[in-house]
Amino acid sequence: MKATLVVTSNLKKNMQEVSEYLKMEREAGWRLALRGNMKNKERTVLKRVSMPEQAPQERNRNFLEVNSGLSEEQARHEAQRCLDCVNPTCISGCPVSINIPKFIKRIEEGNFLESAKVLKETNALPAVCGRVCPQEVQCEQSCFYTQKLKKPPVAIGHLERFIADFEQNSGQMSVPEIPHRNGIKVASIGSGPSGLAFAGDMIKLGYDVTVFEALHEIGGVLKYGIPEFRLPNQIVDVEIDVLKQMGVKFEKNFIVGATASIEDLKEEGFKAFMVGSGAGLPNFMNIPGENYIGIYSSNEYLTRVNLMNAADPEYDTPVISGKKVAVIGGGNTAMDAVRTSKRLGAERSMIIYRRSIEEMPARVEEIHHAQEEGIEFMNLHNPLEYYADKNGRVCKMKVQKMKLGEPDASGRRRPIPIEGSEFIMEVDTVVVSVGVSPNPLIPQSMKELDVSSWGTIKVNPETMHSSVEGVFAGGDIVRGGATVILAMGDGRKAAEAMNNYLI
Amino acid sequence: MVFIFDFYTTVNFSANPNISFLSMNKIVEKEYFSEAVVKLVLEAPAIAKSRKAGHFVIVRTGQKGERIPLTIAGSDLDKGTITLIIQKVGVTSAKLCGLEVGDEVTDVVGPLGKPTHIKKVGTVLASGGGVGVAPLLPIVEAFKKAGNRVITVLAARTKELIILEEQMRLHSDEVIIMTDDGSYGKKGLVTQGLEEVIEREKVDLAVTVGPAVMMKYVTLLTGKYDIPTEASLNTLMVDGTGMCGACRVSVGGKIKFVCVDGPEFDAHQVDFDEMMLRLGSYKPSEAEAYESYLSSNLKS
Repeated sequence: MKATLVVTSNLKKNMQEVSEYLKMEREAGWRLALRGNMKNKERTVLKRVSMPEQAPQERNRNFLEVNSGLSEEQARHEAQRCLDCVNPTCISGCPVSINIPKFIKRIEEGNFLESAKVLKETNALPAVCGRVCPQEVQCEQSCFYTQKLKKPPVAIGHLERFIADFEQNSGQMSVPEIPHRNGIKVASIGSGPSGLAFAGDMIKLGYDVTVFEALHEIGGVLKYGIPEFRLPNQIVDVEIDVLKQMGVKFEKNFIVGATASIEDLKEEGFKAFMVGSGAGLPNFMNIPGENYIGIYSSNEYLTRVNLMNAADPEYDTPVISGKKVAVIGGGNTAMDAVRTSKRLGAERSMIIYRRSIEEMPARVEEIHHAQEEGIEFMNLHNPLEYYADKNGRVCKMKVQKMKLGEPDASGRRRPIPIEGSEFIMEVDTVVVSVGVSPNPLIPQSMKELDVSSWGTIKVNPETMHSSVEGVFAGGDIVRGGATVILAMGDGRKAAEAMNNYLI
Repeated sequence: MVFIFDFYTTVNFSANPNISFLSMNKIVEKEYFSEAVVKLVLEAPAIAKSRKAGHFVIVRTGQKGERIPLTIAGSDLDKGTITLIIQKVGVTSAKLCGLEVGDEVTDVVGPLGKPTHIKKVGTVLASGGGVGVAPLLPIVEAFKKAGNRVITVLAARTKELIILEEQMRLHSDEVIIMTDDGSYGKKGLVTQGLEEVIEREKVDLAVTVGPAVMMKYVTLLTGKYDIPTEASLNTLMVDGTGMCGACRVSVGGKIKFVCVDGPEFDAHQVDFDEMMLRLGSYKPSEAEAYESYLSSNLKS
């Protein structure tokens, strides 16, 4: 049997079926042969590869990717480290349930294009995930090396990226063929990670899928949020193009709830909807002077640079690129913003974060990259007020030192202001990156939709079904603020549940 | 449930057949109100159908263009068109004004913002300045339709900048024209025209759309007489859908987003000084960009 399988996201229900299937796959002749080639002892002594990257002092002046990707030799070496475990715990660490040992063993075998097909069984955006997933807390965290051997895990993320890039560069992109089209129209509202993952699964199931996007570019946060040096837009476009070739339709400049309502779309024949409209409104701290010129939300700062190409003088959109830039916050978005400011020519780019580096929500890799690039970390500091010059442009800020107290509800140690520690520092650009609130457009346009007190759409966590019949939701509009891969997991879950709902 | 897909085809990636279906946004009518003020009527059937008074669209011209908000001045349901009125003030507006009948606007998205809250209140005193008169028109039209007495004051620097007078007369009980230089209507500021009405009769609601500085002084005046006042704000925006926060203003001491909370607010609560400051965020670079745009256009 040559069948490959889409591991469904509802692992509990299908646990039995899935593990039997994985066992069967593991017994395939080519896998047996590979295991026979090399002893586990030989595999575990191999050293984990390190990702080649641009030199810090070079890359902090350009927007090219920081990581340049593994070579074929490195990838095959790393693939040999994978023990092809009987019980592949890595898979349960993956929100989209990639068949990890299988794709890695295809690499060991040197069959890279086959490996790419394995990724695409369950992941619509492998080149994206290979770059931006926090593998260290997902698949790699669950790897046998981490769990049992206390050694660095197999570099699953690097390998995923290697394969996705290899396929993109080969000019031989595989496009899953759709065996049967049922003609049932379904819509994704938003073209970010949850919407694209949803579209990828629904089109394979034979549905007629349209993705509606409010902006003039497809990709949502992958385009406007994540900078070029971490995820080039062109990489995203290639993955979107595969979805187009599978038959997914994209409608840009279309706001469901404004340009047309869900009711209008139902009249057009749409039977069910997946809302992945993302996080919206940026949070501010409501401190004096926060609306002076030169103070941005991270969303605005990154959108100007990433989506609107403001750093390129050929483009009309401007951005203020200061010399002394303070970014407030400690998340991945804050790291993206502060590293962007350095690339725009800042002399000082500073992170101002009220807790210590241990509590930072940003990925360790991003913090590490930022440090290498000369970003200054002012941890245990909190802004109190901004001051402007005569033109209204921010020129100084008042900062207070903090210390750590007992853990709070989030489990992290609570920051406590140190009285009398305030001081003034010079800044000419500030980027406020202290979180976002859900996008209000869909909840505003659908009064019957059940939303939480702070605006996220309430769903059944098993099915992602909202309080409105036939309307599913996932990603940041449900979670409030999470990662690309968790949003994709939601999109897949919603697709499976919607399929059950419609058939 | 287990889904089985066992067929894959290999295709040459460079062949790229499925281009998303683009909306047209074709310009079907263009009219110069003055050298610097242009009316464009463009095909946007979905927006024409769903838009209400007070709504705006975000427009982008060219693949390297920026996104700017423009309030919808009117629509034609049968033809599926919307009307935009644009004043040439910089690179982006000049590019848009440079488009001709038959050209397509690269991107148009909307309708955005909350519609004007139209109700019957009695007498509505509307004031519009410059191209603010364009978004004021559908608001005046709607208040009139709702059974209000509507008095409209239109203000501009000089006669040739007074726009949409005829249409305003169609939907207003009275129209007062004010020009700074006295070349048309009465000589004086918009506030003088308003105060004349306020002193003459009871006004239940004031509505104002125009440059921020004008709205500020209108609001100071109506505040003196305790008249509830709505102002439609036109701030800088990038996405226009509640994501970036470029459009934030202080209303009653709280941060509000013009794109999703507005564009209309209780004018007495708006911090107009801060709004004006923020509108000037890019003034130096914008002026420079416009000059180089104009000179490169002259050369070509």
